[in-house]
Amino acid sequence: MIPACPLRSLPRGEAFRLDAEPPIAVFHTEDGQIYAIDDTCTHQDASLADGWLEGCEVECPLHASKFDLRTGQVDAPPAKLPVRTHRVVVEDGTIFVIPSEAPANLPPGVGVRPQGAA
Amino acid sequence: MRTVAVVGASLAGLSAARALRDQGYDGRLVLIGDEPHRPYDRPPLSKEFLAGRMDEADLALETETDDLDATWILGTAAAALDPGERAVRLGDGRTVRTDAVVIATGAAARTLPGTERLSGVHTLRTLDDARALRADLAGAERLVVVGAGFIGAEIASTARALGLHVTLVEPAPAPLAAAIGAEMGAVVAGLQAGQGVEVLCGTGVREVTGTTRADGVILTDGRRVPADVVVVGIGARPNVAWLAGSGVEIADGVLCDATGATGVPGVVAVGDCAAWFDPAGGAHRRVEHWTGAARRPAVAVRALLAGASATSGSSGSDVRPPEPPYFWSDQCGVRIQFAGRTGPGDEITVEEGSLADRSFVAVYRRGDRPVAVLGIDLPRPFTRWRKRLAAEALQSAAP
Repeated sequence: MIPACPLRSLPRGEAFRLDAEPPIAVFHTEDGQIYAIDDTCTHQDASLADGWLEGCEVECPLHASKFDLRTGQVDAPPAKLPVRTHRVVVEDGTIFVIPSEAPANLPPGVGVRPQGAA
Repeated sequence: MRTVAVVGASLAGLSAARALRDQGYDGRLVLIGDEPHRPYDRPPLSKEFLAGRMDEADLALETETDDLDATWILGTAAAALDPGERAVRLGDGRTVRTDAVVIATGAAARTLPGTERLSGVHTLRTLDDARALRADLAGAERLVVVGAGFIGAEIASTARALGLHVTLVEPAPAPLAAAIGAEMGAVVAGLQAGQGVEVLCGTGVREVTGTTRADGVILTDGRRVPADVVVVGIGARPNVAWLAGSGVEIADGVLCDATGATGVPGVVAVGDCAAWFDPAGGAHRRVEHWTGAARRPAVAVRALLAGASATSGSSGSDVRPPEPPYFWSDQCGVRIQFAGRTGPGDEITVEEGSLADRSFVAVYRRGDRPVAVLGIDLPRPFTRWRKRLAAEALQSAAP
């Protein structure tokens, strides 16, 4: 379980990029739900935390691929592969993320840094 | 409507085919492409693919969930459109009978006259072009790029990162000046120079020298720049010659209304070859951006299907105007994003970040009205401005 950020520092409609390996995007929807998905778009290198949040969907800021925050599924191309979803726990006012153990769908040319590497 | 032929099998054609199926068209669907390849993504050709960080499989545009149920005719260009006969004639003599046509034949790179006889001179438009350029750069030390539009500036940046000595030559006062204006183009010139590209603006190329292979260029000011490879990136011309005699009106591209419909019933046009009417500018404009090729086909297909059922009461009046053009460019280690349209005299203010940090959002205004936004390495505030421009465009188009 990784501490992400204090709940009060993430207002509704905002996103937080958690510097995990690979990075994770945490979203607080207008409805008050909190979701965590892989931050890197599966199409090309772009941060989904920088994307456009609408309902339970985020639009990639680069090519407008859309992902469902609840399932990670692609709602609109050009992305072809889903992002992973991660469990979220809020405890004592802090948002924690439990990273998925499934392999990440990273875009071509983007690798995962080995643990401990700079 | 029992058959729709989509002529052009790149992003715009594929997006039109997807839109047809998404919007309920269940008849026969034929995609015709002049290249032998299945649809692939072109933007990485000047960047990740050229640098060797992406391979051909990474470029594929189709997904496993695409269920187009289409007939593909690849490696054969369309040669003529005969609306009377409702037929597309192909270069190999075959004929495709069809009830409706989506024109998505794209554009072809302009070349420098007199360079045809020289090897080592490249344009970059197709996968085959990119393969050839990649192979040629592998053994080269000096590259001259003629034209600092998107493709030229990106190739310059990629080649510099590969270790080549690169000279970027541009007749305009700055790179990307036509798209983002000279003032912000000068910022891009600074980025290019900062990574070691020699940027020569305000001068053109008089001649590419060499006997069988290019060995340099002579500039309009008389200077000579040696080169092992020359890339010509001076724009593209729409692939519309095949429409001669079809009745489809052609100027700089296929003339369309604001929904992609041509003057010929049952014929729409999308992507780089299409000049849609732009209500905001009061003129037809060709938009050569990826996003237009990806998003506008859904609008054109709606118009096409509405037109086919017009007698049964659907008017098509709910068609939304196109959103402001958007493009991005990765070069010099930064991500450039731009939305809207700029012209001479627009006032530019930096709204977030700073030029000095090479990370900012600048808004272009005409009078009090924001008309365009440029972002460098600040995607989040850029996207907010982009959405705002789109919302305002929609509002101003409302009756």
